Amino acid sequence: MIEHRDDLASKMGMWLFIFTELLLFGMLFVVYAVYRSMHPEAFKLASEELDVVLGTFNTVILLISSMTVAMSITSIQKGNKKLAMTLLIITLVIAVVFLVNKYFEWGSKFEYGFNPGGEELLQLGHGTILFFGLYFVMTGIHAIHILIGVGLFIYVLLQLRKDKIHQTDYIWLENTGLYWHLVDLIWIFLFPLLYLIH
Amino acid sequence: MSDSNNAHNVSYLDYKGQYKGLSAWIFSTDHKRIGLLYLYTMLAFFSVGAILGLLMKTELIAPGATIMGPKAYNALFTLHGIIMIFIIVVPGLPAVFGNFFLPIMIGAKDVAFPRLNLLSWWLYVIGILIVLTSQFLGDGPPDTGWTFYAPYSFQTPANVLPAVFGAFVMGFSSILTGINFVVTIHRMRAPGMTWFKMPLFPWTLYGTAWIQILATPVIGITLLLIVAERLLGIGIFDPALGGDPILYQHLFWIYSHPAVYIMILPGMGVISEIIPVFSKKTIFGYKAIVLSTMAIAFVGYFVWGHHMFTSGMSGRALYTFSFLTFLVAIPSAIKVFNWVSTMHKGSLDMQTPFYWAVSFIFVFMIGGLTGLVLGSLATNVHVHDTHFVVAHFHYIVFGGTGYAFMAALHYWFPKMFGRMYDLGWANLGWGIFFIGFNALYLPMFFLGMQGMPRRYYDYLPDFHGGNIISSLGAWVMISGIIIIFANLIRSARHGKKTTQKNPWGGKTLEWQVETPPTLENFEEIPTIEKGPYHFGE
Repeated sequence: MIEHRDDLASKMGMWLFIFTELLLFGMLFVVYAVYRSMHPEAFKLASEELDVVLGTFNTVILLISSMTVAMSITSIQKGNKKLAMTLLIITLVIAVVFLVNKYFEWGSKFEYGFNPGGEELLQLGHGTILFFGLYFVMTGIHAIHILIGVGLFIYVLLQLRKDKIHQTDYIWLENTGLYWHLVDLIWIFLFPLLYLIH
Repeated sequence: MSDSNNAHNVSYLDYKGQYKGLSAWIFSTDHKRIGLLYLYTMLAFFSVGAILGLLMKTELIAPGATIMGPKAYNALFTLHGIIMIFIIVVPGLPAVFGNFFLPIMIGAKDVAFPRLNLLSWWLYVIGILIVLTSQFLGDGPPDTGWTFYAPYSFQTPANVLPAVFGAFVMGFSSILTGINFVVTIHRMRAPGMTWFKMPLFPWTLYGTAWIQILATPVIGITLLLIVAERLLGIGIFDPALGGDPILYQHLFWIYSHPAVYIMILPGMGVISEIIPVFSKKTIFGYKAIVLSTMAIAFVGYFVWGHHMFTSGMSGRALYTFSFLTFLVAIPSAIKVFNWVSTMHKGSLDMQTPFYWAVSFIFVFMIGGLTGLVLGSLATNVHVHDTHFVVAHFHYIVFGGTGYAFMAALHYWFPKMFGRMYDLGWANLGWGIFFIGFNALYLPMFFLGMQGMPRRYYDYLPDFHGGNIISSLGAWVMISGIIIIFANLIRSARHGKKTTQKNPWGGKTLEWQVETPPTLENFEEIPTIEKGPYHFGE
């Protein structure tokens, strides 16, 4: 069959997929709002246990990675394959750094027994249990998205190297960029909800 | 490419691609083959689900344990629900007939993302396999009902995890199909086919696809939370840890009520195709049907609370949900009026698909009107969780979607297979099915009003009479199903060959292409000038 190509359709499909992701996290935000209104004091105290410095650092590097992936798209549009690949590799490295930070952050929570079902946690009030339950679920699902992003970046890099993605056909890179902005955007909401609101 | 294998003149059934045998089907990205893959998968599991239902009705033929005890009964209604909801009626019409006919009806060669379409089927099958493992591994089959209500779904020792996770994977499949259809309809309509020249079945698929996109993620995250609850004990729905089980019910129904419209809207689309063709008349109120479709899809999001009238809600929430529920009845009734008006003074051609379509209207009205009994607050409390509810949703889900599915199957069968089924057996099967169906589900309304609760293997002797009729009805209905399926399966392989393009005299595009369609459907993409139902009055 003749290969049918419609970049606008691909982008539209990606936007619809982004809708579904927003709804998925949207429901978690609803659950968060319900429990926060039920236990405002406990949520405030529990959120002070989180590492704001590490969270801020992760927010900053994630924002930078959104910029580098956007720059990578512009580079390929201008036909600069090498620059596009370099920028994409920077994005990839940042994604990995984000996950490493997350690992250490989670690790310290486990150390203090604040993991779901952890001994320390179960001795605390309902509000605290719910806060940490939500913290792990929300950042956990977000981390899975980062991981998928890493996979996508590797795939796109390989395609770029083989010239399957080039100046006139870069929809894969563009959609991966869209996906990455979504992952970034969700973090922009998670960060204040979990770390900052007091 | 040799001439005998040209995509323009070889039927999609005979086309030889790079794969052979079974692989030519399960790795095919042809929307027609994918539609048939869904059809075969569904028929297989529908048979399983129907047998489970029959076993339950047989158990209920007399009070006390007749052929099984409470544990087996709980496992049966859970599996029956999971199969019928997640494997059959939710993907149902869009996955089979949407895949097969949506591109043809809008004048396209395929859907927008053919490979994604194949991935949807694979995810669907993987989801099914995961669900099936729940039956054989771990500590026994799930006994929660298909709703997986908290907190029981993470307290029961039964093997709930794979059932929940399988449903999550099938949700992915549903979302991808939805995205595919929305993009296909936006980008691939033939030149000249404006929105209001699009046939009604694609319109209902469009509404359905939006619900699939916007509602399915909610069940996705809800099921994931149940998984996390079971594996990690995060406490979000566990009252012992401060969680709220009612919140689970809200999240569950925020998806699962719109899912009812995922089930019924494409069914309404099929009926809107069939009625004008067999009345030889332009559809009455085309725009009203389109707008009521979109209205149902929209209002359907805001009525989920009516599943929870007895779960504990504020008075204001109760009134609001009840009022919105009544609102949905209006666009549904508009459609019924349109169908009936289309038939009025038409020259009716009494054929099998038309029988199914007319009986659809009949059972859909019973299902719809009893829905109003459940939607009003006072009567709901009386019949909540009784057999009345079971009868109501079977009249809608089986009576609505099921009849529409059969109607679609008999309507498009010659086009899909290039063979004709035996009309006599088809009509006989329909008649027996219709009698059995009503004998099975009508008594349940009365049993429910008398107070017989659902989901018990046992009942008080007072309810015996109604249950006998109902159980006998189940056997009659299954006989009808066997006749229908035997006839169709035999005809698909040995039925009379036909290359007639338009056996029923339809006006939509699928009746202008070859029978069976060629690989690329159209030699040349047609240009559309008229609306879809011009019967030249």
